[in-house]
Amino acid sequence: MKITQWSGRWRRIGAISIVSLVALGASACSSNSSSPSSSSQTPPTANQTPPTTVGTGEGQLNLIAWEGYTQPQWVTPFEQQTGCQVHAKFAGSSGEMVSLMANGGGGQYDMVSASGDADLRLIYGGDVKPVNVNLVPSWQQFRPFLKSPNFNTIAGVHYGTSLQFGPNVLLYSTKTFPTAPSSWSVIYDPKYKGQITVPNNPIQIADAALYLETAKPSLGITDPYELTKTQFDASVALLKAQKPLIAKYWNLASDEINLFQSGTTVVGAAWPYQTITLQGNSAPVADTIPAQGATGWADSWLMATKAPHPNCAYKWMQWVSTPTVQAQQAISFGETPANSQACPIMNQLQAGSCAGYHADQPDAYFNSIKFWKTPLADCGNGKTDCIPYSEWTNAWTQVTG
Amino acid sequence: MGRRVSPVSAALVRRAWLRTTLLLSPPLAWFLVIYLASLVIMLITSLWSVNSFTQTIDHTLTTQNFHQITTGAYPRIIARTVLLAALVTVTDAVLAFPFAYVMARVATRRTQRLLLVAVLLPLWASYLAKVYAWISILEKGGTLNWTFSKIGLPAPNLGFTNAAMWIAFTYIWLPYMIVPIYGALERIPSSLLEASADLGGSGRTTMGRVVLPLALPGLVAGSIFTFSLTLGDYVTPLLVGGANSTLIGNAIYENLLTGGNLPLAAALSTVPIVIMVVYLVVAKRLGAFDAL
Repeated sequence: MKITQWSGRWRRIGAISIVSLVALGASACSSNSSSPSSSSQTPPTANQTPPTTVGTGEGQLNLIAWEGYTQPQWVTPFEQQTGCQVHAKFAGSSGEMVSLMANGGGGQYDMVSASGDADLRLIYGGDVKPVNVNLVPSWQQFRPFLKSPNFNTIAGVHYGTSLQFGPNVLLYSTKTFPTAPSSWSVIYDPKYKGQITVPNNPIQIADAALYLETAKPSLGITDPYELTKTQFDASVALLKAQKPLIAKYWNLASDEINLFQSGTTVVGAAWPYQTITLQGNSAPVADTIPAQGATGWADSWLMATKAPHPNCAYKWMQWVSTPTVQAQQAISFGETPANSQACPIMNQLQAGSCAGYHADQPDAYFNSIKFWKTPLADCGNGKTDCIPYSEWTNAWTQVTG
Repeated sequence: MGRRVSPVSAALVRRAWLRTTLLLSPPLAWFLVIYLASLVIMLITSLWSVNSFTQTIDHTLTTQNFHQITTGAYPRIIARTVLLAALVTVTDAVLAFPFAYVMARVATRRTQRLLLVAVLLPLWASYLAKVYAWISILEKGGTLNWTFSKIGLPAPNLGFTNAAMWIAFTYIWLPYMIVPIYGALERIPSSLLEASADLGGSGRTTMGRVVLPLALPGLVAGSIFTFSLTLGDYVTPLLVGGANSTLIGNAIYENLLTGGNLPLAAALSTVPIVIMVVYLVVAKRLGAFDAL
């Protein structure tokens, strides 16, 4: 299970940029359609009407999923109940997911468990189509902020249902910090030189921007994923100043667990999974979301435009949204369920896991999380001078290289 | 009654050139299409660019990527990679030569076999397992620090540093250096050593003027492995490296898989190719391929 978890986690590192493969696919098909993708555009499939009833299953369901998202624990009972045989193709990165989903799933795939950074590409690429959330009863039990989040719902049209999410928390040693640090400033503080770790991921620039949002209000940062040149440069400068303080940029969740277990690092950016594993090993650590809030990731099941087995797909959405399956997946993979009723079941499966994954927190807590989305040149406010993701990667290489 | 010979066979028997062409065309086609063509495509890709606004690939030829890899962090990354590869190669050569010499010329036949197995055995173990083992040896609270503290020395704290990468690479690639040197040393006829001694050559002279020159092709062949393997690796830096351990491979990986900048990744990929071409040309001059 842990191995699955690692490999599952591994992809988050490389997960972010779908951009290229879409670009490749696009450039391969049409020579130059020159459409500067703008969020004011309407997704190509927005007018397709979703079904109002779920018919008999087609006997089969083809999924593109993160490894660990289709465990026998919840797939086997689903197959028995619905007669839909699940075939899962595991993707290694968001980019791979987008390329597999090219041409509406190619008439082969029904659904994809895409992360927030891939969703918009799939939606604006016309690869996924609207779904009727009223056919998914458990959707009503979803946390309000995950019912119609801006990464899977555009102008009130749902292209899938939220699944699981996780905040990027501040992990610290309780030996060094008897009380929880109240600010992300500790990971930029020379006092902890050589004892800090952050993810080896260009999206870390958003974490720096989030910190600068309050630390340097004069920059006027409002969305850490939509940064102008000045805001972007300030965030990168902060990360360059941070570099000499870093013991290691972690790549796998297990890297960071190792770093804290051995005492190499005392503070860093992490997922709740690391905290729970370390605490399970009796390491003196705890995590917190500081005053500035945090970044986070969220996955959704999206429906392929050319899904050949739509009835089985709806049955699957219904099934994975139920509190029990939500709880099973949360614990199996190490993430937080979208369904607010999953908590008691999580605690039954693993005592204390609900609080461990922050699933018991009020909505105000989650509102402080800025979920990952692909940085685009389009700032979302009519301006197009924001720094796109390819430059984020380049800047990250300049920071860490 | 003689067997009937098909006209095809008859035609083939008469025309040797046709036989050769038919025999060689599948591997040749494979080599040309799969290997060379993809290399050429990569080189062409390196001259394209990514439109920063639409994120699509712009097929206009430009040297922008090559300009980019000569600025910012890239020269640092390239220099670090080459330096590390050279350091690992020299260290491996220094460690491997005496070992291979004992194996080839001193050890009894039985010991020789045992040593050969001992050298090759780690190659069967998982690469990742070996790298992870080095993490637990070198990290804070690891075996090395513990040993040093027991004998009253200050902790070296090598975990997650470039020194850790150097040690891990040296360890992992060592068999690739030992085996070719062993092969070269084993082929030296004993008569040459005897002749050197008969002519009054001391042990040192024989080593310097007979053994080393004859072992050089093996040494160079081994260095091609250790150098090129280090040059292209990106897993060891991720795992045992620290905050300053980005190698060319990591930069390519980041640009390609997370950054979506295929042209820049392609441009970066040409760097190790150019370095290896230069290296191989020098190696050929030194006779590394003579024994092939």
